[in-house]
Amino acid sequence: MKSRLDSLIDALLPVFATLAALLVGAVMLIILGVNPFLAYQALIEGAFGSTNAFAETLVRATPLLLVGLGICIAYRGNVINIGGEGQMIVGALMATWVGLYFVDLPGWLMITVGMLVGAIGGCIWGGIPGILKAYFNVNEVLSTVMMNAIAVQLMNFLLTGPMIDPAQADIASQIPQTARLAEAYRFPRLIPTRLHLGALIAVILAFLVYFLLWRTTLGYRIRAVGQNPHASHYAGIKVKHYIVIALLLSGAFAGLAGAMQVYGVNYRMITDGSPTGFTGSAGFNGIVAALFGQLHPIGTIPASIFFGALLVGANAMQRVVQIPSALITALNGLVVVFVVSSDFYRKKRQRRRISLTQDEENPDPQIFEKSLLPEEKNT
Amino acid sequence: MISDLFTPTVLLGILASGIRLATPYLFASIGEAYSQRSGVLNLGVEGQMLLGAFAAFYIAKLTDSLWLGVLAGMGVGALMGLAMAFVSINLHAKQGISGIGFYLFGLGMSNLLFQLLVGTVETVRGFPRIAIPLLSSIPWIGNIFFNQNILVYFAFLLVPISSYVLNKTTLGLKIRAVGQNPEAADSLGVSVARVRYFTVIFGGTMSGLAGASLSIALLNVFQQGMTAGQGFIAVALVYFGAWRPWGVLAGALLFSLVNGLQLWIQVLGIPIAPEFAVMMPYILTILVLTLSVSKVRAPAALTKPFEREG
Repeated sequence: MKSRLDSLIDALLPVFATLAALLVGAVMLIILGVNPFLAYQALIEGAFGSTNAFAETLVRATPLLLVGLGICIAYRGNVINIGGEGQMIVGALMATWVGLYFVDLPGWLMITVGMLVGAIGGCIWGGIPGILKAYFNVNEVLSTVMMNAIAVQLMNFLLTGPMIDPAQADIASQIPQTARLAEAYRFPRLIPTRLHLGALIAVILAFLVYFLLWRTTLGYRIRAVGQNPHASHYAGIKVKHYIVIALLLSGAFAGLAGAMQVYGVNYRMITDGSPTGFTGSAGFNGIVAALFGQLHPIGTIPASIFFGALLVGANAMQRVVQIPSALITALNGLVVVFVVSSDFYRKKRQRRRISLTQDEENPDPQIFEKSLLPEEKNT
Repeated sequence: MISDLFTPTVLLGILASGIRLATPYLFASIGEAYSQRSGVLNLGVEGQMLLGAFAAFYIAKLTDSLWLGVLAGMGVGALMGLAMAFVSINLHAKQGISGIGFYLFGLGMSNLLFQLLVGTVETVRGFPRIAIPLLSSIPWIGNIFFNQNILVYFAFLLVPISSYVLNKTTLGLKIRAVGQNPEAADSLGVSVARVRYFTVIFGGTMSGLAGASLSIALLNVFQQGMTAGQGFIAVALVYFGAWRPWGVLAGALLFSLVNGLQLWIQVLGIPIAPEFAVMMPYILTILVLTLSVSKVRAPAALTKPFEREG
């Protein structure tokens, strides 16, 4: 039996892993001649020090949570979706387009339509790799990375050409951005900061995803396919369908994240010409958040807030102790490596428990182990 | 006009840019092919390339020696390879994810070090072209194939050498055995861990070299995030080339020729939006993966950690 202490230690492993990464960060700061306590203090104050700071943290956390929810679904279905960036971009492009095209709708209706269209955009961009994986055996890691690059070019084309803000089109320094959405189409704000209703919606969706994955047949089948495609096949589950569905759903959440950035934060689509100019790497960081939340939708909520805080705090740290915020990107990477490595100790402890008690506890989902094998055709 | 593309000068120009652009892909993809053949998927190539590119650039600038720069790039790549090997082989970390971690680490570290140590855009005098006597004077193609910088030659030499090593030597046999059936290899006395350490570190070294070839041989400048996804494409090219060095060469050439074509489309002012031109190689890669990958089989133990039973 798994005791309560064991569960607690398992749940805290990612925290230990993060502390280890922060410790490495502290050593790096010392080498750079900066007092790590001052640096981390600046980081924490920058992320939580005032109502405004905390609101910013939640604003940054919202797209991470949404992308992360999609990642939870995909990874539970044994599909590695690296395409959050592209799915966000396409979702945002489509949501922006409907918002600018239909100008006379009631606000609540347009916002709903915009979010749906954004989700559909993400669905399309996630669905293509899904179909390619299920029916053409194309590795989804590679196709989603390619789809990201294609989406970035599509965005740069549309935002400097057909969709450019008419006010920018005439002047020399053309900022790649669209016109502003009508005022009625903006997400309501929760408190007088930039915090918008989307944050709350994202949290509600986290609970819905939990319900979907563990309380519905659809979710059960996605997880079954993720754990053992062969057994699922013999149990009569159409494995290929669920691979596609997992990526469709995953893309939908990323697309929604993109649409929400437009309707909730910028009120237009804007980029700076770099590949992450619009997303701010949320498509990648959402993966990190989901992993940190142990691929559990509810766990992804605090994980997103944590990484949102790191990102917002990094800017404050840069201002106060003059350490480039790139340090936090590097630390994010270390967190991922340490968290995914700490899983080893969880499994080791689990095995010891099993050998001690001879208890037939359900083993871990063997996700990822085989996901990169092209020959896994499940026929 | 589109017909401008089909003049001999332009076609040769495309070929010449294609050969040059293939260099970083060849280094990184061939290195990755070794590690995947032994059963380890290294998704952190992009991060290794970025940090390698920065180390090579910085050391070359500091010491005025390009070769020390190359060594620094390779050394940094090797260290990251060592870390990747440790977490994959000893800690059984999921390789698809730990690779993302190493990518983020390389991205963040190279940006951080660049901002702290360099700060502004600076250039180095990169490796000069070396014309190979006689061969370089062959009309038309001599100038393309035999008047390149030394890293370009190295990259292309790596292909036949790797093909020989993987297919004809004991080391290659061990690498393939460990990637195909680690239990059997282990029972025959091959150390699975040692072979995998070797291939992953070698792969990292080659990724570092790929980064160095960008920053001190092709572009001669370091910019933040300068690899722009090339490391991920390098991983894709391994699948594309069906885990064989010659296949990787074909993929790298195809990809960089299309890239060269898109550069020339922009140079000639052909009325295709540059964004669509840049998209072409990616779309092409997806298409080729769609049409080809289903026929080949990956190494059977790819991404699976090995542990002795009992």
